[in-house]
Amino acid sequence: MKWKFKQHSVLPGFGMTLGVALTYLGLIVLLPLSLLVWNTSSLSWSEFLKVVCSAQIVASYKLTFGASFLAAVVNAVFGFIAAWTLTRYRFPGKKLLDAIVDMPFAMPTAVSGIALTTIYAPNGWIGYWFAKAGMKIAYTPIGVFIALTFIGLPFVVRTLQPSLDDLDKEIEEAAESLGATKWQTFWRVILPSVLPALATGFTLAFARALGEYGSVVFISGNLPMKTEITALLIYTKLEQFDYAGATAISVVMLGASFVLMLIINMTQWYARKGKK
Amino acid sequence: MNKKFQMTTLILVAAIGFPFVVSCTPKNGDADSAEGTPKVVKNVSLLNVSYDPTRELYVEFNDAFVKHYQKETGVNVDVKMSHGGSGKQARAVIDGAAADVVTLALAYDIDVIAEKAQLFPADWQKRLPDNSTPYTSTIVFLVRKGNPKKIATWDDLVKPGIQVITPNPKTSGGARWNYLAAWGHILKNELGGDLKKVNDPKFADAVKAAEEKAKEHLVALFKNVPVLDTGARGSTMTFVQREIGDVLLAWENEAVLAIKEFGTEKFDIVVPPISILAEPPVTVVDKVADKNGTREVAEAYLKFLYSKEGQEIAAKHFYRPRDKEIAAKYAGNFKEVELFSIDDVFGGWQKAQKLHFSDGGIFDQIYQPK
Repeated sequence: MKWKFKQHSVLPGFGMTLGVALTYLGLIVLLPLSLLVWNTSSLSWSEFLKVVCSAQIVASYKLTFGASFLAAVVNAVFGFIAAWTLTRYRFPGKKLLDAIVDMPFAMPTAVSGIALTTIYAPNGWIGYWFAKAGMKIAYTPIGVFIALTFIGLPFVVRTLQPSLDDLDKEIEEAAESLGATKWQTFWRVILPSVLPALATGFTLAFARALGEYGSVVFISGNLPMKTEITALLIYTKLEQFDYAGATAISVVMLGASFVLMLIINMTQWYARKGKK
Repeated sequence: MNKKFQMTTLILVAAIGFPFVVSCTPKNGDADSAEGTPKVVKNVSLLNVSYDPTRELYVEFNDAFVKHYQKETGVNVDVKMSHGGSGKQARAVIDGAAADVVTLALAYDIDVIAEKAQLFPADWQKRLPDNSTPYTSTIVFLVRKGNPKKIATWDDLVKPGIQVITPNPKTSGGARWNYLAAWGHILKNELGGDLKKVNDPKFADAVKAAEEKAKEHLVALFKNVPVLDTGARGSTMTFVQREIGDVLLAWENEAVLAIKEFGTEKFDIVVPPISILAEPPVTVVDKVADKNGTREVAEAYLKFLYSKEGQEIAAKHFYRPRDKEIAAKYAGNFKEVELFSIDDVFGGWQKAQKLHFSDGGIFDQIYQPK
């Protein structure tokens, strides 16, 4: 594909739209983020490393990235099923179900966190039965995982829905009439065409989970080395008036998230390119 | 059919939403009529930035102060409150929240405002009587009804099988008092009951050994903590509503409030034989008050905390009053307990903060893997 600067479209030319887009992005996203990096520069390199590599903080990276990744994977699977159900079938209460999917978007995260804790605490509706079986959910990494799954679900469902809508039923029928088994139809026909959307949904859910604070701190129990998420440690540093330390951890989170997003987007890009 | 459905939804939403909008809109009429009165009333607004458990105290105190000040000077004061974790509140003031007065959980947080934002002199704590602390409090134990685990002293908290609820000292002012109270108790035990030895160079070795012991004790204590909330109210909720833990370390007034709120049939208060004298100090934020022209009223506000009336309100809300007379009158509210101060045992907040709660300090070491 050749680069083309002049394209006919309803919006005024490339130069102007790019200018607006860059200014907007710069003001809304890049300016605050660069301040973050600026703030960190008050630390020397060795101080920076000492802050971001301390055992307690490394433990929190593991928990945050691990639980976020797991939650995004689970959401990718179950979000797919939910999106499939909502686009392929008609049933009473469908509109309502569709609206409920958005709830985690709309709720203040602290409210979700308290609600989840109430249910999963050892004296809560669900937590009680698990406690009886000798298993704890709230105040363990499992609780963190549950909160992150909760907030991530709508991202997967909402990105998958339009792409599933676009998928003609005829293609499935064609596959079947050409002798594909059900499994083959799903694996070779349906999945590849929604994979880009699924990957986007996964990325969004994952990214959101990495930065989540409100819904997690209530259910996690916040024990150092065990159930502290990185966002909480940033808050803790701020609470101790250690602005530089807080921004140092943020910079690491930011860098790691950016690299991860880039990798996922690149794979997606290659996948799309390979298909064409 | 679809159109009709949309229409119905719209009407429904409007019907539900309208009363909210109406009831949430401030009634301008009232303000106008007040302005129309012949007597010219001067209005002053005052912002008090405080910490979490003082909500109930300042509701009543502000009412009394407004009446008092109106009578004395004819000026109408509108006191606005802001509550939150003490450290977070201090940060808000540093970042520019226009607090005329701050009433925080510990002197360290106010020190930081003086140091980072220079809104008032560093020796602010000498400006008002009693370390600028009109009322004090202490740390007590809230236990389940009948005290089934027989928790009586700080030593009981480290026994295996006891679950202790406290917030994280790094994020909660109250939790720092909890931690230091436990530390002081152990020091006292190890030093043969005499805390004065801490500052006596003759006993330096003994003090060192005692501190090692105290550290061991706190490691054991925090092993018994299943949930570390970020603030005092969070911990109270964990203990009271989630029913987690055998004992909650809490501000005396917070413990009493929990009992009042959730019923005496569920909890008991255990006052340990020794605890820390918690001093939540107050000060005028000079630069803000001067800019707002509120210095006079801000100073009167804090002075009123020391008055008989102010002291009585504090006592009613289970803050220990400084005034001897009021203290005697409300003696029934407060159990006798031996109290040590942070200055006596820890050499002040700056030192305590650095040694115990800074990064890599003793509290951090508790959680480091060996």
